[in-house]
Amino acid sequence: MSVPFYVSPEQIIKDKADFARKGIARGRSVIVLEYEDGILFVAENPSRALHKISEIYDRIGFAAVGKYNEFENLRVAGVRLADMRGYAYDRSDVTGRSLANAYAQTLGTIFSETPKPYEVEIVVAEVGATEDLDQLYRLTFDGSVADEQGYVAMGGSAEAISAALADSWRLGLGLAEALKLAVDLLGRHGSDEARALAAAELEVAVLDRNRPRRTFYRISSSKMSELLS
Amino acid sequence: MTPHLGLPHAYMATGSPSFADFLADLAPEVLPGRLPMSPGDANSLAPHGTTIVSLRGDFGAVMAGDRRATMGNVIAQRDIEKVFIADEHSMIGIAGTAGIAVELVRLFQVELEHYEKIEGLSLSLDGKANRLATLLRGNLGLAMQGLAVVPLLAGYDLIRGRGRIFSYDVTGGLYEEHDFYAVGSGAFFARGSLKKLYQPSIELDEAIAVALEVLYDAADDDSATGGPDLARRIFPVVAVADRDGVRIVDESDIAAKVTRLVARRMERPDGPMAQINDGGAA
Repeated sequence: MSVPFYVSPEQIIKDKADFARKGIARGRSVIVLEYEDGILFVAENPSRALHKISEIYDRIGFAAVGKYNEFENLRVAGVRLADMRGYAYDRSDVTGRSLANAYAQTLGTIFSETPKPYEVEIVVAEVGATEDLDQLYRLTFDGSVADEQGYVAMGGSAEAISAALADSWRLGLGLAEALKLAVDLLGRHGSDEARALAAAELEVAVLDRNRPRRTFYRISSSKMSELLS
Repeated sequence: MTPHLGLPHAYMATGSPSFADFLADLAPEVLPGRLPMSPGDANSLAPHGTTIVSLRGDFGAVMAGDRRATMGNVIAQRDIEKVFIADEHSMIGIAGTAGIAVELVRLFQVELEHYEKIEGLSLSLDGKANRLATLLRGNLGLAMQGLAVVPLLAGYDLIRGRGRIFSYDVTGGLYEEHDFYAVGSGAFFARGSLKKLYQPSIELDEAIAVALEVLYDAADDDSATGGPDLARRIFPVVAVADRDGVRIVDESDIAAKVTRLVARRMERPDGPMAQINDGGAA
């Protein structure tokens, strides 16, 4: 009988993390940023049906990069958790923070206890009554949570885009300005050469604090073209 | 492999887009109508909602409900709301045991929104009507003990481009109504009145006026249906579903319409007279 090789826990964790990072880096990027009326989600995603951006609850949105089946699984779980909580207590008792915590626990457990970690990175965004109450939680494959200020970029060119956003994002951007900024950065950093992304290649949605009850809505191609021109 | 921490397996499992099914697996005790009850008739224990009317046309559909809840001969509540927006294109009204009915509406609203979020698109109007029938069937045990709920569903069908109305019985039986319907204790009087006031070419404004006349007629003959309370400014709740979606009509608009209606009834207490054209000579 052969004795299995000893592999140190450090090595196992490192291998898993490298594996997950590689998977995430292959995908196109997603940007989530605050603007004057709420939170804007912009993804490079030519598919009309397989969404990277979704509604979770009245004031909570979800964005993800990585393996579709894995983040779709998390999205559905989030919708179930939010609807369950809202039904059992009250709609106002559903918060982005508790959802981010549940995701963190789940991702952390999957990372440490299963052979293959989830190759995903997600953002849970909650729009508040005013700008300073907006919240962005970024969750990575190992269950780490970061409470981000103002903007988050995820996916293949996350680092380059984040660096650019640090210079160009500011509080109180208008919707058109914020959208132009995000689309420009996605086009500039998505591949070797800068491209101008067309509305059909983008998936865009907002959480608009001025809407009653359900604040999430998708921005159609025609409306997007109008905002970008 | 099931994770030991984080979201329980049921949340992560691939399953039905139905919230009620999810709840039935995970926490059946919070579903209306699933509680074990001791035998006996509980009919007199809780308030009852009374009359709901709905009528449709090519513009869409209108639904209106009075504001009274009764417990036997006592008025339990004067300003209860029994007409609700179900989702962007449908509305629901309820008669019967108020507590269970309101809970059923809340569950139905979440059910529609949950499906929409999970699947990325809304259910068809027929799909919504069938889901409501299934939810209602869960209440059959309580209905047999006197805690029955009878909903009425109406909406704008985006595929067919017109308003539609669905009625139910306590067993979850689902029936599509052609033009108009009423449920609740004043329903017989309301339907009689609707027969004389409805015409298929009806437009939105007229449909609202007819619904208010009909509720007045129901309250005129059924003691459990509340008439307009001008002293307390309590008026029927009216919802409209058309191409642009569903909305509750502004209370100030209803107040103005009801005030004019009451003035007409001062002249003619039994309401408008239907025209008869029998064509022949005596």
